[in-house]
Amino acid sequence: MRYSAFSVLLNGLRGNRNWASAWRQPEAKSHYDVIIVGGGGHGLATAYYLAKEFGITNVAVLEKNYVGSGNVGRNTTIIRSNYLLPGNNPFYELSMKLWEGLEQDFNFNAMVSQRGVLNLYHSDAQRDAYTRRGNTMRLHGVDAELLNREAVHKMLPFLDFDNARFPIQGGLLQRRGGTVRHDAVAWGYARGADSRGVDIIQNCEVTGIRLETGHVTGVETSRGFIGCNTLALAAAGNSSQVAEMAGLKLPIESHVLQAFVSEGLKPFIDGVVTFGAGHFYVSQSDKGGLVFGGDLDGYNSYAQRGNLATVEHVAEAGKAMIPALSRVRVLRSWGGIMDMSMDGSPIIDRTPIDNLYLNAGWCYGGFKATPGSGYCFAHLIARGTPQETAAAFRLDRFQRGYLIDEKGQGAQPNLH
Amino acid sequence: MASLVPCPHCGQRPKEEFTIKGAALTRPAAGADASDWFDYVYLRDNPRGAYEEYWHHTSGCRRWIVLTRDTVTHEVAASRDAADRPRSEART
Ligand SMILES: Cc1cc2nc3c(=O)[nH]c(=O)nc-3n(C[C@H](O)[C@H](O)[C@H](O)COP(=O)(O)OP(=O)(O)OC[C@H]3O[C@@H](n4cnc5c(N)ncnc54)[C@H](O)[C@@H]3O)c2cc1C
Ligand SMILES: [Zn+2]
Repeated sequence: MRYSAFSVLLNGLRGNRNWASAWRQPEAKSHYDVIIVGGGGHGLATAYYLAKEFGITNVAVLEKNYVGSGNVGRNTTIIRSNYLLPGNNPFYELSMKLWEGLEQDFNFNAMVSQRGVLNLYHSDAQRDAYTRRGNTMRLHGVDAELLNREAVHKMLPFLDFDNARFPIQGGLLQRRGGTVRHDAVAWGYARGADSRGVDIIQNCEVTGIRLETGHVTGVETSRGFIGCNTLALAAAGNSSQVAEMAGLKLPIESHVLQAFVSEGLKPFIDGVVTFGAGHFYVSQSDKGGLVFGGDLDGYNSYAQRGNLATVEHVAEAGKAMIPALSRVRVLRSWGGIMDMSMDGSPIIDRTPIDNLYLNAGWCYGGFKATPGSGYCFAHLIARGTPQETAAAFRLDRFQRGYLIDEKGQGAQPNLH
Repeated sequence: MASLVPCPHCGQRPKEEFTIKGAALTRPAAGADASDWFDYVYLRDNPRGAYEEYWHHTSGCRRWIVLTRDTVTHEVAASRDAADRPRSEART
């Protein structure tokens, strides 16, 4: 069924009793051309583009939990393409362009809202770094504006501009950045893939990868063995665990990142703002809650929950940026487990096993990448060659010395 | 691990006092193959469960310690001074 204003009206008049479910709950077949492990944003987007753009429809997505239970439903919904390095920038811009047409493309309201992403700066050195970043973005055809203190003040008068330690001097603004309703992205891709013949199998955990003479023949799952010609891993946060089933050791550590949402407030912050001096960023959801977060807890974790020390730290940083936050009550907090790669950049590549493909290492920035990642991974699987904007995301770049280290932190995953 | 981390010298201390380095790996010899160094610098077992890692008691005794911690429950099973690790084990 195609969704439209008319179908909403008609179903509303009928008491919303006649909506069909957005995707099927099929039994797994015994064999597929392509099996994708992980029904998060990236796995579902990969299935969608495989079916829609590359004509490969005999595909299953295996999800150990339910669709949207992972990071795709836990992130803070920010999209942007304000990257500095040549290996990253064109890819994230491709993803941004896909976001811009996504809702029409998959016929689902994902609430893509280009409300702007503003990164504050607090010193001359930080301004120079942002000037360089902004210029690099513009050279790549991406929008960027450097705002001075007055311009930021006009947008967000309630920031602590005269903070004694970190006065706000201005900010780097990407107006095309913004937020997207994260669950709707998972649902929209799931529905789009399903309607083109992809089987989405929930509550199906992959527990082993069957290899014969160095070739994947299928996967062991909690629902039995399922065969495939090609296996594609998109198990964000659990990539090391899944890759290990095929004997691969990855340049990745799993870390927990927390996020928070406050009680609903009247319209307060209309874009996304990041604190340049501490670990804090915030936006306001359409329901009115402030959605905010900070940095990783810092230790390896598979627990999907974080530590109180980080809660306190985020609250302190938030209050340093917006003193009015001290009055705001937090409703919920949660954690998600992410693949932190050794250079802070992702991997979309083949592996040493010839029909095993890997999509991993998205760190805390993989939500914005969802459309681009799905498209480029599907391209790689279907054509055997990398999509041109994702050509740098190679698994062997660490060995070859071609790291893509946006933050310049070196091989220390908890600092990226 | 709640918010307290045991230091062998200072006892239970707040997590904020520590800096986390990560996996307590065995460092290759200086002249080891590039592939051994690659493995040491970039590849991680990243296990679910027991994990040994270096923490630095930065705002305390400033000693490096080795925590044995579970990455699923966050429980700390053991904590010892990094120097108590046999040097041979840490360096070869
Ligand atoms: C708190 C938080 C805030 C974030 N904020 C942002 C943000 O503002 N902007 C941004 O761009 N990014 C953000 N991110 C990062 C982003 O959410 C992730 O990088 C991205 O969602 C990862 O891709 P995914 O959607 O495919 O992951 P997931 O949704 O985690 O999908 C992976 C799936 O694989 C499944 N799986 C794992 N193992 C198996 C198995 N053995 N068998 C079957 N299935 C398996 C999991 O159950 C999971 O559903 C944030 C992350 C967190 C945790
Ligand atoms: Zn101590």
